[in-house]
Amino acid sequence: MHEVGLMENALAIALDYATRERAISIHQIALRVGDLSGVEPDALRFAFDVVTQGTIAEQAQLIIETFPTLCYCNVCQIEFRPMELGYECPTCQTWSTSILQGKELELASLEVS
Amino acid sequence: MCTDCGCNEIDSVVLHSATAIHHHAHNHHAHTHHAHTHDDHDQHASSTQTVEVHERLMSKNDRFALQNREIFQSHSLLVLNVLSSPGSGKTALIERMAKAHGHRAGQVGVIVGDLATENDAQRIRAAGATALQITTGTACHLEADMVAHAVAYLDLAKLDLLVIENVGNLVCPAAYDLGETLRVVLLSVTEGEDKPLKYPTAFQSADVVLLTKMDIAEAVGFDQATAIANIRRMAPQAKLFEVSARTGFGMDAWLIYLQSQWNRLHPIVTHEAPIPSEALS
Repeated sequence: MHEVGLMENALAIALDYATRERAISIHQIALRVGDLSGVEPDALRFAFDVVTQGTIAEQAQLIIETFPTLCYCNVCQIEFRPMELGYECPTCQTWSTSILQGKELELASLEVS
Repeated sequence: MCTDCGCNEIDSVVLHSATAIHHHAHNHHAHTHHAHTHDDHDQHASSTQTVEVHERLMSKNDRFALQNREIFQSHSLLVLNVLSSPGSGKTALIERMAKAHGHRAGQVGVIVGDLATENDAQRIRAAGATALQITTGTACHLEADMVAHAVAYLDLAKLDLLVIENVGNLVCPAAYDLGETLRVVLLSVTEGEDKPLKYPTAFQSADVVLLTKMDIAEAVGFDQATAIANIRRMAPQAKLFEVSARTGFGMDAWLIYLQSQWNRLHPIVTHEAPIPSEALS
């Protein structure tokens, strides 16, 4: 979708934190990406290689932890993993609007020295 | 900015307007700096360490969206972020809404995003509204900081309603909060009944879905029941209205709903109601 821009944001956040820690090199950047975040991990990896060139994160390893969509049914009061498009409760077939997990899109941690 | 769309020139955004009015009496750029002290400020850290961050990649946009929302709320301003594919009738809808505002059409503010040309803003101005065009160059969506910049050119205290017409695109704009009160997603009858299934993110994020161009639904063989079922499936949270900007069909219900949302922001109504009653008859 707009992975280059998002990865530029991620790099800016990483460089900011690295500067605060007075680090001279970033070895690892760990992202948390939900299935509903609208971004493709492969496109993020491609963008990562492009945007880190010439920075202290050039040699960094990119770790992407993905999170499947998890919904909550208010009728059955259960959590469920939606199986296809739409968030239909497998028990009562009600459409859920309560999304517990899957929208994550964050920089979780860095390894620096 | 978007790998799919090939847009990467957010910095090339051009705003077509006159003098800026600065609403920003204070700065919300709450960058947190050193929460801890370093004993070795003159030396680089030598060993590898893990730094916990947990910051959203959209945090820059989120900060501007929050700032926009605070400014809008300080004016009790109802703000719509209108999303659709190109050609779904966003501009025609806004023209009709401005005209329905009667003698107060100038109090409808519109920020229009397009890659190029000022055509849409000119159309909306001709309908009586106060319109600003943002040309984004190659960027396929509006971001909250572009809206913050544009808003500085509007006298928000004089507006009854602010409509942000996003760039025609059902993918990328859905990911960017602009600080709006309501997100309005359009689906025109010419687009195919399965569009809500194909572009789930936009519909899932909608507060309102408008089925547009209803006057030609029959001519194009629009399967209304299937389209509504698909909208209900992907956007069970959204209010649904069927409208035609050309004939005015369904506009009353949509405008009454907007009036109800305006009333929620103005619990004690001391102003003239923003939508003249003659427009609803």
